Amino acid sequence: MATMARRLLGLGGDSSLGRVQLAPALRLLYPPRTWSILIGGYLVLALLVPILNLAIPAGSVLHLSDYAVSLGGKILCYATVALAMDLVWGYAGILSLGHGLFFALGGYAMGMYLMRAIGTDGVYGSTLPDFMVFLDWKELPWYWHGSDRFLQQAALVVIAPALLAFVFGWFAFRSRIRGVYFAIITQALTFAFMLLFFRNQTGFGGNNGFTDFKRILGFPLASPRTRAALFALSATLLFAALIGCRLLVRSKFGRVLTAIRDAEDRVRFCGYDPVGFKLFVWTLSAAICGIAGALYVPQVGIINPSEMSPANSVEIAIWVAVGGRGTLLGPVLGAALINGAKSWLTVAAPDLWLYVLGLLFIVVTRWLPKGVLGLFRREEP
Amino acid sequence: MMSSALAAVVLALAMDAGSIEKIARGTPAERDEALSAVVLAGDAGAARVLRALLEGRLYAGAEGPILIEEDGAFRDALTGSKATPREDSEKVTINNRLRRALERSLAALALSAPEPAQRLEGARAMQQSPDTDLLPAVEAALGRESDARVREALVTTRAMLALSAPEAERRLGAIEQLRRIPGAASKRLLGQRLAVEQDPTVLSALKEAAESVEASLRRGEMAGLVFSGLSLGSVLLLAALGLAVTFGLMGVINMAHGELLMVGAYATWLVQLGFRRWAPEHLDWYLAAAVPASFLAAALIGALLEVTVVRNLYGRPLETLLATFGASLLLMQSVRTAFGAQNVEVANPVWMSGGITVLPGLVLPWNRIVILLFGPLVLLLVWLLVSRTRLGLLVRAVTQNRQRAAGLGVPTPRVDLIAFALGSGIAGLGGCALSQIGNVGPELGQGFIVDSFMVVVLGGVGQLAGTVAAAAGLGLANKVLEPFAGAVLAKILVLVFIILFIQRRPQGLFALRGRAAEE
Repeated sequence: MATMARRLLGLGGDSSLGRVQLAPALRLLYPPRTWSILIGGYLVLALLVPILNLAIPAGSVLHLSDYAVSLGGKILCYATVALAMDLVWGYAGILSLGHGLFFALGGYAMGMYLMRAIGTDGVYGSTLPDFMVFLDWKELPWYWHGSDRFLQQAALVVIAPALLAFVFGWFAFRSRIRGVYFAIITQALTFAFMLLFFRNQTGFGGNNGFTDFKRILGFPLASPRTRAALFALSATLLFAALIGCRLLVRSKFGRVLTAIRDAEDRVRFCGYDPVGFKLFVWTLSAAICGIAGALYVPQVGIINPSEMSPANSVEIAIWVAVGGRGTLLGPVLGAALINGAKSWLTVAAPDLWLYVLGLLFIVVTRWLPKGVLGLFRREEP
Repeated sequence: MMSSALAAVVLALAMDAGSIEKIARGTPAERDEALSAVVLAGDAGAARVLRALLEGRLYAGAEGPILIEEDGAFRDALTGSKATPREDSEKVTINNRLRRALERSLAALALSAPEPAQRLEGARAMQQSPDTDLLPAVEAALGRESDARVREALVTTRAMLALSAPEAERRLGAIEQLRRIPGAASKRLLGQRLAVEQDPTVLSALKEAAESVEASLRRGEMAGLVFSGLSLGSVLLLAALGLAVTFGLMGVINMAHGELLMVGAYATWLVQLGFRRWAPEHLDWYLAAAVPASFLAAALIGALLEVTVVRNLYGRPLETLLATFGASLLLMQSVRTAFGAQNVEVANPVWMSGGITVLPGLVLPWNRIVILLFGPLVLLLVWLLVSRTRLGLLVRAVTQNRQRAAGLGVPTPRVDLIAFALGSGIAGLGGCALSQIGNVGPELGQGFIVDSFMVVVLGGVGQLAGTVAAAAGLGLANKVLEPFAGAVLAKILVLVFIILFIQRRPQGLFALRGRAAEE
């Protein structure tokens, strides 16, 4: 099993993966200096931020406010989505304008659990979620069955977006829909789902979606400790996804993927079937988005159908473009930069934000085709 | 002055003193009796008194003449001459029952008005709340009516009233009549009667008539849906036609296309404002100026977009998509800054409001009819332009093989610019059309972009014929599915259908053959 995995990932080596071989394997992924930056960054996020938030008293200069933590957590989730998007767009050449859908589906799956975890603490004091009481429903619809079990919903966080992506991708890749056609159809897909989730009868809270969550696994969501833990989890997810994706794109599999991006027909002529490769990476990307969405919802405290709006999904593409396509680290930076700027500007000068975003789209595509990271890098395979 | 006073005298005299006395000072029973007598006499002059009573302008003291107040002056209700009110004069009060009786009587009285239009209105008013007691008045009016249209309305009214006549014979006649005029009112009346009817023969006739009315109403409703589907298709056609030029012919994805629709709609609104301000007398014809204005405004913005963004990204379709999305955000936000985030009001010109009644229960609004014709007209012009002019030839040449066209001396950059401006201008026309049937706001284009891309994808890139078929088909499918599945599910079903359809025919309905089909 391990041998097969190694061979598939192209990590070479004929003997077992011992300590001695681990270092070169790691070096294959990133040079040591980048590794230290990455690990340092991860430790800062996962350990230092919670400490600065929880242990340092509120008056101190070093103290991090709860607001900063929840904003940071949100941005970490967005960065993970950008990473997933880069995996399909940057490495497989599949531009998706529907990644917000997978993110939102993961969020909704988690939201269902959070709604059930409210118990009878809702406005109406019913065991049913408030919006169902409001609609005068007497019992849970069948697809809410067992939604009070965390493990089931956690599985659904991955399964729902992955399954949808798999089915949709299977149809699309099989009939060789690519490029702008694929982009437009993914946009239509997320648009259709947005309309569906806007309906009250769909059973996901309609317009208002899910909100007013109280606790997760018994921990109160309002407490800074829970929030700091969620933040650390988000950072861990991002770090794990980054390493995982890097592992994937540096493997043989990743090489084929890049080849498909650059000349799909030639890859096919060489005897590879691109469908399987594309389908795998597409489904994986959707699953990562789902997990990011699931961590996003308890931190933001709301999920509603506007997350599925086509504009949101296009914004994800611009995070990737700004950071630099096909670099993995770039999109993470891009998401952080743009969302940081967004949360600052929408408060400071709300009317200005859309101008900035609009110009960003134009400037980056025209003058920065390799993104911000492209400015500093000379060579990148 | 003199003649109007005289007319008032003559009219007022037609109502005798006894009736006025009873209506103003009588007991409820006496009032009802006097009202029926007045209505039966078909005395149009009495309407003045009844209306005054209804509007609280009839004054009476313990005795003496009964007065009508008009614009602060008092006149004798009987003679029409000027009079001063007695000290104990008070407003004659009425209750709700009497109010309804008065309204019915006024409608019945209108049947004997001198103007045919008034009589027609009276007959129609009586159809709204049929009351069997008025049947004699209707029959009397029918006896003396000469105007064909009023007669027709009266026959309908009589049928509606006779439906609850005591004689089974007359009810059967009425049912037969109502069955021949299927409409919402007939359906309601037949349904109401069905609940209380005792006589078995009448009951079976009622059931049959109700079913027949129901069926023809359903046919009308279906025809209405097809019509509104087609007019939606016409707007989609205009939106998609512009895309067929930019996306289809030039291979450029323009995500700001929806915003060009919005620009066209706002241009229409501005032209309307201008007319209101400087030429209110020609306001009805503002569209004549708005159509070219919306075309030019959108074409100008499109040209600007081409020069600044699209031109630099030819051959990089995904980047073009993102950059034009940015442009769409800029356009939307600029409009918000300039004109506010709220919807603006674009009114139909008078000649485009209202509609024609084709079947009972099926009214075709004029604005939708005009748009239905406008779409194909623009299509025809575009087709002529692409297939018959030199510019069209150049555009097609650049589309098919850019390098070779350039080699032959075609100025490709200029052709691109013109084609892009043309496609944008057509979108502007679509916005102008849309402003006549929907709301105009900064987000107007957002709702259309997905639909119009679907039209182009479904129809096949670069195919005007496919675009037309797909636009009409999508418009129809949306509207016809709506009553069964609801608006949202209808949209979702259509999207699912398109995704499945592209599985079978990735090139769309009308696939290009030959070299151009390769990419």
